[in-house]
Amino acid sequence: MAQSILHTAESRDKSDHGWLKSYHTFSFGGNYYPERIQFGALRVLNDDWVKGGMGFGEHPHDNMEIISIPLSGSLQHEDSMNNVAVIESGEIQVMSAGTGIYHKEFNKNADEPAEFLQIWLFPNQRNVAPRYQQQRYSDDISTNKFKQILSPDSNDSGVWIYQDAWFSIAEFDQETTSTYTLKNKANGLYIFMIKGSAKFSEQALNERDGFGIWDIDNVVIKAFKGSKILLMEVPMNY
Amino acid sequence: MDKTEILIVCSHDEILKTIVRLINSNTSMRGTGANTLEQALTLFKSTSFQLVLIGAGLKLEEEKELIENLNQLQHKVPIVQHYGGGSGLLLTEIYEALGNNTQLY
Repeated sequence: MAQSILHTAESRDKSDHGWLKSYHTFSFGGNYYPERIQFGALRVLNDDWVKGGMGFGEHPHDNMEIISIPLSGSLQHEDSMNNVAVIESGEIQVMSAGTGIYHKEFNKNADEPAEFLQIWLFPNQRNVAPRYQQQRYSDDISTNKFKQILSPDSNDSGVWIYQDAWFSIAEFDQETTSTYTLKNKANGLYIFMIKGSAKFSEQALNERDGFGIWDIDNVVIKAFKGSKILLMEVPMNY
Repeated sequence: MDKTEILIVCSHDEILKTIVRLINSNTSMRGTGANTLEQALTLFKSTSFQLVLIGAGLKLEEEKELIENLNQLQHKVPIVQHYGGGSGLLLTEIYEALGNNTQLY
């Protein structure tokens, strides 16, 4: 029987550092909410707003799959593997932190904010060699249809990570009903409403709401005009 | 008030320093770092730790050996794998492990 959990936009923890405003779907940093730790392998879903010219100074990561999806503006990325890159809306970036990586990330534009989703998944292997990948998905995306932007397979569509997870994204300019079939029935699906509203198997969602569902084969999605949706299929046991 | 003593085992020196610093910024905790299996076992014998965090870089066999040895020395200390290498998940990992107060391996 299907099981589900709803995380409304208003129920998320908020931190405000002036230059950084962040909404945390799950416990993060100094705030601990025992009932909001993770959804399967999905451990972090931060909805970040970064003031122009500001950003995260050099800091380390290890043993985590770290995915960034800019929603507006652009971010300058530099890391200890000598990657220097700019990521912007329509792109996805992944870092497999593995044995350890340092990076810094700044809003490239001095006079306009940047918004991005920061998503962390537990890896399916510890202590892998760190890696970085970035890809533009928006060039060949069809409106009103989900596009896969992440998978565990380097030969599949989108970027790849060390976890049996699949992400898809879509933007809708008309009401559209579609079905998402899970790749692995032991996985769960976490839906994040980037923009607008939609219904998922009768659960209505509004902007920035999150909804996790598991013990299912597929989900019927009724997306309304003006909506943008991120689907994250992740292992519930990892 | 006694501080919660936490041993962090991580072979990546810079990340180890970061985790120790983050733990020590909390007035109720004291972090001690070890970057080898041998150093971790020596420290564990001399200090009464309430929690062991295993960070990045140890080989799988070393992690197993460490856990086996720690269990032989003190059965009730939670041993958890640390993920993320920084502040994001650290406090939640600590609170979850101490709150459960169970052997996780």
